[in-house]
Amino acid sequence: MTDTLLAVRNLRVTYPGDDGDVRAVRNVSFTLGRERLGIVGESGSGKSTTGRAIIGLVSHPGRIEADELRLGDTDLRGLSERGFRKLRGQRIAMVLQDPNYSLDPVMSVGQQIAETHRTHLRSTTRDARRAALEMLQAVHIRDPERVYTMYPHQVSGGMGQRVMIAMMLIAGPDILIADEPTSALDVTVQTQVLAIIDDLVRSRGMGLILISHNLHLVSSFCDRVLVMYAGQVVETCVAGNLSEAKHPYTRGLLAALPQLGNRRAELPQLQRDPAWMADLA
Amino acid sequence: MITLDDVTITYGIGPRALVAVRDLTLAVPEGEAVGLVGESGSGKTTVLRAVAGLVPYATGQITLAGRRVDRRRTTAQRKMAQMVFQDPYGSLHPNQTVDQILAMPVAIHRLDRGEARIAQVLAEVGLGAEHRYRYPHQLSGGQRQRVAIARALILEPRILLLDEPTSALDVSVQAEILNLLSRLRRDHGLTMLMVSHDLAVIAHLCERIGVMSRGQLLEITTATAMANNQVTHDYTRELLRSNAGFDRSSVSSGELDVAAG
Amino acid sequence: MATAPVPGPVSGTPRAWLLSPAPASRMQARFGRWFRAWLGFSRNPLAMSGLAIVLLLVLMAVFAPLIADRQAATLQVLEDRLQPASWQHLFGTDELGRDIFARVVFGSRITLTIVAMVGVIVVPVGLAIGLPAGYFGGVVDTVLMRITDIFLAFPRLVLALAFAAALGPGIENAVVAIALTAWPPYARLARAETLTRRRAEFIQAAELQGASHLRIIATQIVPLCLPSVIIRLTLDMAGIILTAAGLGFLGLGAQPPAPEWGAMVSSGRQVLLDQWWVATIPGLAIFIVSLGFNLLGDGLRDAGDARS
Repeated sequence: MTDTLLAVRNLRVTYPGDDGDVRAVRNVSFTLGRERLGIVGESGSGKSTTGRAIIGLVSHPGRIEADELRLGDTDLRGLSERGFRKLRGQRIAMVLQDPNYSLDPVMSVGQQIAETHRTHLRSTTRDARRAALEMLQAVHIRDPERVYTMYPHQVSGGMGQRVMIAMMLIAGPDILIADEPTSALDVTVQTQVLAIIDDLVRSRGMGLILISHNLHLVSSFCDRVLVMYAGQVVETCVAGNLSEAKHPYTRGLLAALPQLGNRRAELPQLQRDPAWMADLA
Repeated sequence: MITLDDVTITYGIGPRALVAVRDLTLAVPEGEAVGLVGESGSGKTTVLRAVAGLVPYATGQITLAGRRVDRRRTTAQRKMAQMVFQDPYGSLHPNQTVDQILAMPVAIHRLDRGEARIAQVLAEVGLGAEHRYRYPHQLSGGQRQRVAIARALILEPRILLLDEPTSALDVSVQAEILNLLSRLRRDHGLTMLMVSHDLAVIAHLCERIGVMSRGQLLEITTATAMANNQVTHDYTRELLRSNAGFDRSSVSSGELDVAAG
Repeated sequence: MATAPVPGPVSGTPRAWLLSPAPASRMQARFGRWFRAWLGFSRNPLAMSGLAIVLLLVLMAVFAPLIADRQAATLQVLEDRLQPASWQHLFGTDELGRDIFARVVFGSRITLTIVAMVGVIVVPVGLAIGLPAGYFGGVVDTVLMRITDIFLAFPRLVLALAFAAALGPGIENAVVAIALTAWPPYARLARAETLTRRRAEFIQAAELQGASHLRIIATQIVPLCLPSVIIRLTLDMAGIILTAAGLGFLGLGAQPPAPEWGAMVSSGRQVLLDQWWVATIPGLAIFIVSLGFNLLGDGLRDAGDARS
């Protein structure tokens, strides 16, 4: 059932620095089918940069190189900004942590959602509005007409993320990249928003990449998990099997987490082995 | 050591006043660590700030070591309770070196042997001489938080207030800071009041845990009780459920609906 | 951050000492910080040109007696009036036979004195009014800001003229007049910066430790306000120079025979068409120095932005 929606082989993202190049992403490879893939790592691991590279949001002077970076039949390598603009929203979409980054503060949220529909599907104003209202309902907003007219600053937290999801999915992309979509939300709201993403992704046969620092969340939500460290993928797990992780970094990370049922006087601290920094490929 | 009796804290005045905390009663005996969990808007951070003397409280009474304290405090009263803030970036002055940051409390309280105190407290939090004259932007998140802890400790307080001390840190760094806090509490016999949204972190450090929602203290439980789901309130159960990771079956479709307030 | 390892500066050199990741003293840390800021600044060619111009002005003012003949700046040789540029008079002579080159060089002292004195008055006054307004809020804020508004309501040049006319001619009075009209924006800037930082956690931490209001304002807030105030000052320099030139043009600033650039432009008006250099050369000097300060200010602001 999993035909490959996205193929990535040896993705490299480099930034020039004062004292030599900074290799933010080093030879990352994976494929994405109609499944939920999680990318987990700490700050500086390169997980967010990977997501941004796929959607073409790595700005100059960063450089993207890959042996293969293919979205369906489209080669993403060397694609111009114009080329990416055609893809974003229609074939690949991204949801970020803070909806305020992506929403225009002077337009109502409904209008923005409708505008996305019009831009990609060239619909009429009336059709776009209807599609926007349907989408707001699909993200479980009970009074879509009312929310349609609200402005971004009036819509916050879980509601804001639902609006974001509606806007990003309305043009029917094949892939959704979600970068810490629920990290700023309360824990009960997190579950709701993730459930909505889950339902939509399943019903539309989409592929989802969930980027997060939260190991347990990703492992319980996704089908597969990639663990990144220093720009590389150090481990691939089938979700739910985190306890069988092999790489010492993953095991160290799991052990360092405080656990509700298992009170330890001292948490085992992660000992970083310099060998983990070495190029794997 | 810390007592709150029927404390109500409001923001703003008149008809637009917001009641952040309502009729809260809590006691933290000396040497104990108590945690407050809740979601945003629960009032837990406001309680902490009131104990710290950063916000005034409208009714009730807060005492530290048996004596009533208000928003305005004497220098001597300030010495008793110090706080570690959530954001390691925001809680250190960007234009001051670690040395200057630690020298200020020494100067304010006219402590003797300032030089030795600074060196000693840095060693206690696991930083070295090479960090002493760096600026905050030259330190990692974990190192900044250590500086914040050092700053809190240098006045030798009896109470340590912690506002989500590890929320902004990576998992591996969080473990180091939690271990540091445990050790410091043991070594100095500190009384701790800690606020977090992360149940596991609170349960690790605190014996008793208060659950707050919308300004009210719903129940006080323990880490063990939480682990065995022997809690009284439904809200607490919901928190525990969400804390255990994502479980699609735990949320029915009807529960997903939300309406504009 | 777990990224690929980064090599450091070569050890043992002054550069290494400044860029050391483990400074051993307050001095080393502070100089290192300034050095890093300098590195960022020096990468901007426009900013460096601005700095060059300003330095040139300062050097010209300081070494004026060595560059030009002081006598020639005021000596009237009526037979030689309105001469074009020659080897004897590099920029020609003015309507009273005085050497324009010497007048421009010595005039730089007056220009520099005016901008320095205005700066020295305006920055402390602006901070003293804006900081408490932002920090304490409430009644203090209202009173201080309304006073500021009153000064802001007047067009700057008109108010400066009024003060200069009331105080009488002369450079010192011109400086006071300009300063009295230039300070309000600095107060507002200081207030805005203070309001932004007022709720920062490090301020609350200072409060928690028992720091007094004065200590917090002096040690925590002033260092944060100073950069934007100073940048504002350098960008304002052009305006201050032009206002001084305007006052000089109208005969209210420096008095003859002082070689103030604005007064020189004014007296060169009558012969502008035939002996263009008399008014144009000092005008060019005003233009170049204003441009220099503008570029410098822009460069400082970009360097500040890049860091934050």
